[in-house]
Parts: sequence; C-alpha cells; structure tokens
Amino acid sequence: MLEIKNLHAKVDGREILNGLDLTIPAGEVHAIMGPNGSGKSTLSYVLAGKDDYEVTDGSVTWKGEDLLAMEPDERAAAGVFLAFQYPMEIPGVATMTFLRSAVNAVRKARGEEEYSTPDFLRTVKEKAKDLKIDMEMLRRPLNVGFSGGEKKRNEILQMSLLEPGLCILDETDSGLDIDALRIVADGVNALRSPERCMLVITHYQRLLNHIVPDRVHVLSKGRVARSGGPELALELEKSGYADYGDEATAA
Amino acid sequence: MPAVEQTVERVKEIDVDKYKYGFSTDIESVRAPKGLSEDIVRFISAKKGEPEWLLDWRLEAYRRWRTMQEPTWAKVHYPKIDFEDLYYYAAPKSTEGPKSLDEVDPELLRTYEKLGIPLKEQEVLAGVQGAPKVAVDAVFDSVSVVTTFKEELAKAGVIFCSISEAVKTHPELVKKYLGSVVPITDNFYATLNSAVFSDGSFVYVPEGVRCPMELSTYFRINAENTGQFERTLIIADKGAYVSYLEGCTAPMRDENQLHAAVVELVALEDAEIKYSTVQNWYPGDAEGKGGVYNFVTKRGDCRGDRSKISWTQVETGSAITWKYPSCILRGHGSRGEFYSIAISNGYQQVDSGTKMIHLGRDTSSRIISKGIAAGFSDNTYRGLVSAHRKATNARNFTCCDSLLIGDRCGAHTVPYIEAKNSSATFEHEATTSKISDDQLFYCLSRGLSEEEAVALIVNGFVRDVLQQLPMEFMAETQKLIGISLEGSVG
Repeated sequence: MLEIKNLHAKVDGREILNGLDLTIPAGEVHAIMGPNGSGKSTLSYVLAGKDDYEVTDGSVTWKGEDLLAMEPDERAAAGVFLAFQYPMEIPGVATMTFLRSAVNAVRKARGEEEYSTPDFLRTVKEKAKDLKIDMEMLRRPLNVGFSGGEKKRNEILQMSLLEPGLCILDETDSGLDIDALRIVADGVNALRSPERCMLVITHYQRLLNHIVPDRVHVLSKGRVARSGGPELALELEKSGYADYGDEATAA
Repeated sequence: MPAVEQTVERVKEIDVDKYKYGFSTDIESVRAPKGLSEDIVRFISAKKGEPEWLLDWRLEAYRRWRTMQEPTWAKVHYPKIDFEDLYYYAAPKSTEGPKSLDEVDPELLRTYEKLGIPLKEQEVLAGVQGAPKVAVDAVFDSVSVVTTFKEELAKAGVIFCSISEAVKTHPELVKKYLGSVVPITDNFYATLNSAVFSDGSFVYVPEGVRCPMELSTYFRINAENTGQFERTLIIADKGAYVSYLEGCTAPMRDENQLHAAVVELVALEDAEIKYSTVQNWYPGDAEGKGGVYNFVTKRGDCRGDRSKISWTQVETGSAITWKYPSCILRGHGSRGEFYSIAISNGYQQVDSGTKMIHLGRDTSSRIISKGIAAGFSDNTYRGLVSAHRKATNARNFTCCDSLLIGDRCGAHTVPYIEAKNSSATFEHEATTSKISDDQLFYCLSRGLSEEEAVALIVNGFVRDVLQQLPMEFMAETQKLIGISLEGSVG
C-alpha cells in the first residue's frame, strides 16, 4: 500500500532523510524506532506534507498514487492521517466544531455525503466513549488546556472519525502515563484492519507491548539501518541505540 | 425557503467572485448636479419637501462645513477627495413614495433579492414556524424605498420609517432629537452629512415597549460618483428596548465612493438599544483600486439613568474605514458596550474603535475589539475611555486582540485613557498574535482546505464578539468572515 523509495529530504538546508526505503503492505503495522535526530518525526511530516520539509530525491507511492504531488488536505482525503506528537491548540474553536468541519471536509472530498447533525453526534459519542473521552471535553476549545492524555486521546478520536487508510502515529506514547497509554493503544488496536496500514513511530519499546507491530525498523542517520520482527524492539530495549549513532547512549 | 436560510444560501454562492455584491442595477435615477453649494442644499431640501426649520438647520451645517478641515489624524492614506466632483443627491426615479411592495420598481426588488434580503414579508411569514421576523427598511442610493412590517410595529406603538417620512409625520420627535447626540458642529464628515443627508431610518420606541422584532436597514450605494449620506436616528423612551441591525453593500466600481453617515441613538431612563452592523461595502480590487470610503459618525447617548447602549460591528468591507461608535454615559448607572470585529484584506485600511465617555455616577463600559489583518492591509484600533470628575465609580474593561495573517499587513492599537476621578477603575488588555504555520498545517492535515482552516481559526478568534450578534445573523456573518479572507494565505 505504502511504498517509500530512496527518500531524501531537507529541513532548513540540512539533509535529514538520506535514502530511506520502506514498504508497508495493507493490513500491517510497522514500527519505526531510532535515536533522537535519526529522522523519525521528519518522516512523519514529509508523509503528511508539511511545508518546510523539502523532498530532494526519491518517491512515495500511496495506493499507486504519487503522494508527494498532493497538498496536505488532499493527502488527508486520500486517507493519510498523522497523529501529532504535539497537537496544536486553536483557541475559540470548540473541539466538536473542529471535528465536524474536518470529517465533513474529508467526506466531501471522498465523494461521500456529509453527516447530518444527529448522525454526527451519534458517531462521535460512540467513538468518544471507547476512548473514555468526556463529551464536556469536546465542548472545550481544541486542545486548549488539555492534559497530555486528553490531547493524545483526541488525536486517536480524530483518527477513528476520519477513517484513514494510513495511520501515522508520531511518538503517541510521549507524555502518557500507563493508564492513558493503555486507552490510547486499545483505540489504535481497534482500528487495525486488513485494509489499513499503520506506521508507529516511537523512541521506546513500551508502546509496542500494547500495539504489537508486524515489523520493526531502526532508523539511523535518515535511512533504515535494520529491520526485523517484534523481537527487534526488545533487543533495542536492552542494548540501546549505541550502535545506531545515538550520541547520548554512546557517550 | 425561510428568509434567513435564503440569505445564507446566497452567501454560500459566493465562490465565483470574491465580492458578490459587485453588480450595479440599471435603474433610472434623479440626480442633483455635481458639486456642493447652498443651492444644492436647498435643492435636496425642496426635493424632499422639508419644512423651513430643517432647511435652516442644513444651511447652518453647510456654512459651518465650509470653514472646516478634513481630519488627518487617522492612520489611513488616500488621495485628496474633490468634494466638488461628487453628486450629493441621487434617487431612484420610479420610487417617489411607493405605498406597497407592488409599486416598487421590480428591478429594485431583484437587486434586493440578489443581496439576499428577506424583503418580501410573505416569505418570512411562510418560513418555518417560529421563524424570526425582521422588519426591513431598504435604502437605495440615498432614498428609503420600502419598509416592511410597518403595521405590526404600529400596533406596538413602534415607529419605524424613513427619516424623511418621520420629518413629515412626527416632526416634534425629529426636531427634538435630531442633532442632539451628534451636533452639526461635531466633525467634518458629520457636518457635511447634516447639510446634505438624504435619507436613513427613524425609530421611536415608546415608553415601556419592548420592540416585538429585530429592526433592520439595508443600505446600498448604486449610482456612480455618488456620495451616500444617510442619517439614522433611534430613540428608546423610558424602559423601552430595541435591537437594530444595519447591513451595507455597494457595487464594484473603479472610482472610490464616499459614504459619510451619521447615526444617533438616544436611550432614556432604563431603556436599552442594541445596534449591530454588518458592513460589507465594496473593499476595492486586489490591487487596491476602487472601494468605498466609509467615514462614519456613530454615537449613542445614555441620557437616562440605568440606560444601556450596545454597539456590535462586523467590518469586512470598505477601502477605508474611519469609524468610532461611541457611548456618552450621562445617566447614573448607565452602561455602554462595544463589540467589534474588523477584518482587513488586500489593501484595505481600517481605523476604528470607540469612545466611552463616563459622565454619570456608577457608569460602566466594556470594549471587546478583535482586529484581523491580512494581505497588505492596515488595521488600527483607536479608542478613548474617559471618566469625568463627577463620574464616581466609573468602570471600564477593554480587551483589544489583533490577529495577523501573513507578514505584509499591520495591526496597531492606540488606546487613550483619561481618568479625572480617583474612584474610576479602568482595565486594558491587548494581545497580538499570528495564525501560525503549525496551526494551519494541523488543520490541513485533517482535510480542511487552507481557506476553510483560516476561516475556522478566525471564527474562533472572534467568537466572543460573534455571540453578541442577533441569532439570525450569526451564521451569515461566519460565512462572510470566510469570504472576506479568501486569498489571504498562500
């Protein structure tokens, strides 16, 4: 489904991705691990289409189409979803209003009918309940004053509402306590399906106890240095990233 | 279709061109010759069959105006206006005293239909049960062409008509209140208006009456090279309440059109007036050519104790806006409010704000101003809060927030605060922020287009003020905000 070939990308003139190859078939969950600065978050932003990330070489094909030629909103319509490490705050815009605008924009772009108000409310209520999200939270301005856990659960709620084909989770475990982590992981697992693939970016192995990946890739200096099964994550947990150019661990 | 929904539908159809009101209507009009002289003032007064006292009033204003200078303190720049090159009176030819809608030029009605104004009462009445009723006074170029719901209002004792009609039917009220808030000596544009004003709306709500529906006026400039000088006078007698909304549009023209209106509000004891404006005059094209010069004097006088006047404005149009709706808090315990959303895009220049003049004891005021600047525009908040030495316990809260979109626009805040009384409490808060690329990207990654994202963020920014608008106009205004910011990013 997702095919990344020889991807090179620059941020502020610095090359961060340096010939990255990665293929995720439909229905699979792949984890990307790696030391700080190895290009994990850059990869997620390049896939979602953030401005300042300049692709200098290589290609990304999503469902046979050139993903890099699409604008960010077109990518969302094509089924790409990025759960942000740091979700943005938008003062004055009720979370519910934001959700509804986003869902209807995507549905419209996909040629589906927009939700009616009662249908939308019913859908949100159901999904929010699974993520233990209080309806009161959805009346508050988007992410403003949300706790770390609330922000991340809100990301997963959006993910489930937008029904993406490619879910990218950027360090979704950061800032979560164990209970919140479990709720978020359950939410993600509920979305696993044969039509959907997922890219789980994480620094730590602990998230992968809850979201068990099909494949694990270790990123180093902007390319995949090693790939393996779930056991690779456990091995990294023991040995650290010293072999992969992480200065903190190496020192 | 219910009237409001119909209006919203019309606004939705905007996509084609940025300013959808940019059509002109082919209607024969009667004009006075170009330029301004005593004869023109006499011509206007005679054309309207005015009594002697009003002509004298106009002439006094005219003579005064000849001695005055155009104000230059606002942060706006424009080529000098040649006041001799303007028409000061234009009236649609066929509309001398229409008795009912049937007598109104159908071309005019089509214009209003294009504007989405629910003029036809039956459509409002045929709407869903409980649909809000809105009485409309439509002013085309300089003349009021039709006022709806007159009979129903009359039952409640409310007078709602054009000001020229009021001069004939209720001269004692007009004579008593006209110029009592904005005197003919007030300022260059108000004085000019006093000399040549052609029409506008008049409202009188008698003692103890709560006006049973929203009152609304739609102004439209149509004729070329024509100044529009309307005059609005609203009086709420003791304990009365009225909510009034004005909407403004003008066709697209290369040359600038001058609009210098005067609005006077008088609230007597325990009365309340809520005045809302949705101003969408033509802002000029993408290069800054054309557009309306909006030089308006609006002032409310809380004359009676415990009276209240509330201004809410949504300013999205005009090439230049120079406008400071103000409150004179004369009555003890009176209250003034000013809620403003001013959006500038392209080459628009906005210098707007309010004055809260605390004269009475225990008076309070509140100012919430939200300025949004995009494109190459300049957006200035200019406000005065003052407490007279007798205004013990005067209180004011001011909050001025500016939002910048892009890096070629400017936002400025110029507050003047004067307290001559040590018991006064004045609070002032101000913030300036930018729509960040990260916020935009977050919205885009959720499938919203850039324009939808900006509209959403801006609507969040102005939410506190939007909530002050009458319900029927909130949805419309939200759309309008989106429209006026089209092309502001990317």
